Amino acid sequence: MLYAILCYNSEDAVGSWSKEYHDQTMARLLTVHDKLAKQGRIGPVARLLPTTAATTLRKGREEMVIDGPFAETKEQLLGFYIVDCESLDGAIDVARDLAKANPGTGSYEIRPVAQIHESHLPAERKPAA
Amino acid sequence: MSDLGWIDAVVGAARPQVMGALLRYFRNLDTAEEAFQEACLRALKTWPQNGPPRDAAAWLILVGRNAAMDDVRKRAKQTELPDEAELSDLDDAEASMAERLDGDHYRDDILRLLFICCHPELPSTQQIALALRVVCGLSVTQIARAFLVSEAAMEQRITRAKARVGNAKMAFETPGAPERAERLATVAAMVYLTFNEGYSASQAEARARAPLAEEAIRLVRLLLRLFPTEPEIMGLTALMQLQQSRAQARFDEDGNIVLLEDQDRSLWSQDHIAEGLALIDKAMRHRQPGPYQIQAAIAALHARARRAEDTDWQQIDLLYANLERLQPSPVVTLNRAVAVSKVSGPQAALEMIEPLGTRLQGYFYFHGVKGALLQQLERADEAREAFGRAIALANTPAEAAHIRQHLDRLSS
Repeated sequence: MLYAILCYNSEDAVGSWSKEYHDQTMARLLTVHDKLAKQGRIGPVARLLPTTAATTLRKGREEMVIDGPFAETKEQLLGFYIVDCESLDGAIDVARDLAKANPGTGSYEIRPVAQIHESHLPAERKPAA
Repeated sequence: MSDLGWIDAVVGAARPQVMGALLRYFRNLDTAEEAFQEACLRALKTWPQNGPPRDAAAWLILVGRNAAMDDVRKRAKQTELPDEAELSDLDDAEASMAERLDGDHYRDDILRLLFICCHPELPSTQQIALALRVVCGLSVTQIARAFLVSEAAMEQRITRAKARVGNAKMAFETPGAPERAERLATVAAMVYLTFNEGYSASQAEARARAPLAEEAIRLVRLLLRLFPTEPEIMGLTALMQLQQSRAQARFDEDGNIVLLEDQDRSLWSQDHIAEGLALIDKAMRHRQPGPYQIQAAIAALHARARRAEDTDWQQIDLLYANLERLQPSPVVTLNRAVAVSKVSGPQAALEMIEPLGTRLQGYFYFHGVKGALLQQLERADEAREAFGRAIALANTPAEAAHIRQHLDRLSS
């Protein structure tokens, strides 16, 4: 079963990581990523720009385009992983590995994927590792 | 968990909000700083065991405020407040109270804190030093290193700045809309100045001064989070990200300046560019152009050009014309002349900058541009003279060396 692991954290806190801490954390996360990649269990992974760069189109009789999501939440969606796991327990284990690599604040939402469509992006648009 | 880097990050991220709230309570920078320090010490003691509280900023505000008041009470020989280990994760009532207290003020607290640092009586370097100390929480040692002065000198500078600010009457009531806009513009200018202090350094100084640019980016992001619909703040954030994207390409191995068109574009940071382009796109949808947005749009055109020769100079010329209209200045005209030289040739550009001579007499870049244009027109003697003046006015050895290269080319 495919699971999306949605990464929530305070973007203020993540934005305050020192370069050193950022690099260390990214290296630890990459280890988790590589392990899954070797087992052929990882799909698209994305890290999103801060919500200040986001725009929302609100549907309705009158469409509205507004800046950012304004939800008064302490944590924001900062990125996601798509992973292939035998069971929910397996997906929770992956999230646990990510949490160990990136400790502190935040949470992982584990969402089973209903459908996934093939990517048609040209190779050069593939996000950098 | 032995690695406590995340606590630094959480405390660092909360700092402007917490300091802003504590300043509102105590109306004194030193008391607010002491209260914040105390709250941080207690966080380091309790968070590793208990995990982070749900709302770190509210926790730090409450604990900092209690600690400072506890201090007052102790002096008054009254009963102590309960130890914060007992309230290490604030119970719901307290947490929601702290949030009610501070949620509404959040934006104005931080803006006030930054605005205090921009006190008009402070010279700009003191404004920046104070903001780095109070808002960003850099140590005096770190700030002294970035400004290339001794620690003692920086300590004195900050103490003096604080004393000056302390005497100033600062309005603590909620500002009205025009006053808020004015504060925001002042703060934005200070943040950009901070960035430029870090960015325009020579390579020899670049490493020491890099934190200035990084902190400025952190500050502008904070402003954007406070004012997420303000196109000029989007523009300023984009401008700084796009300029920062070229940091690795600005000097060659020998420390010489590499001009934009000669830079190795593969060294440009795509992460910075992505955020910069996203933000300028977003800002321009508002159709409220301003100087930061226009400058960011110009930087975006450079960032989008894969090779220097792909640069859309015509569009850059138009943008500079708009900037001239919004913010007339000989320096803007000088920059526009560079675009004009690409579109209409060096003669047209030279005619454009000649009237600026009296006002830009003492400006390094003016003589550099003039020399380059004269060189293109093969007026070697005049070019040599202009380059000579530029060297005399150079701010850094790297600038002088760059002009000398031109001179060498003239003589060969």
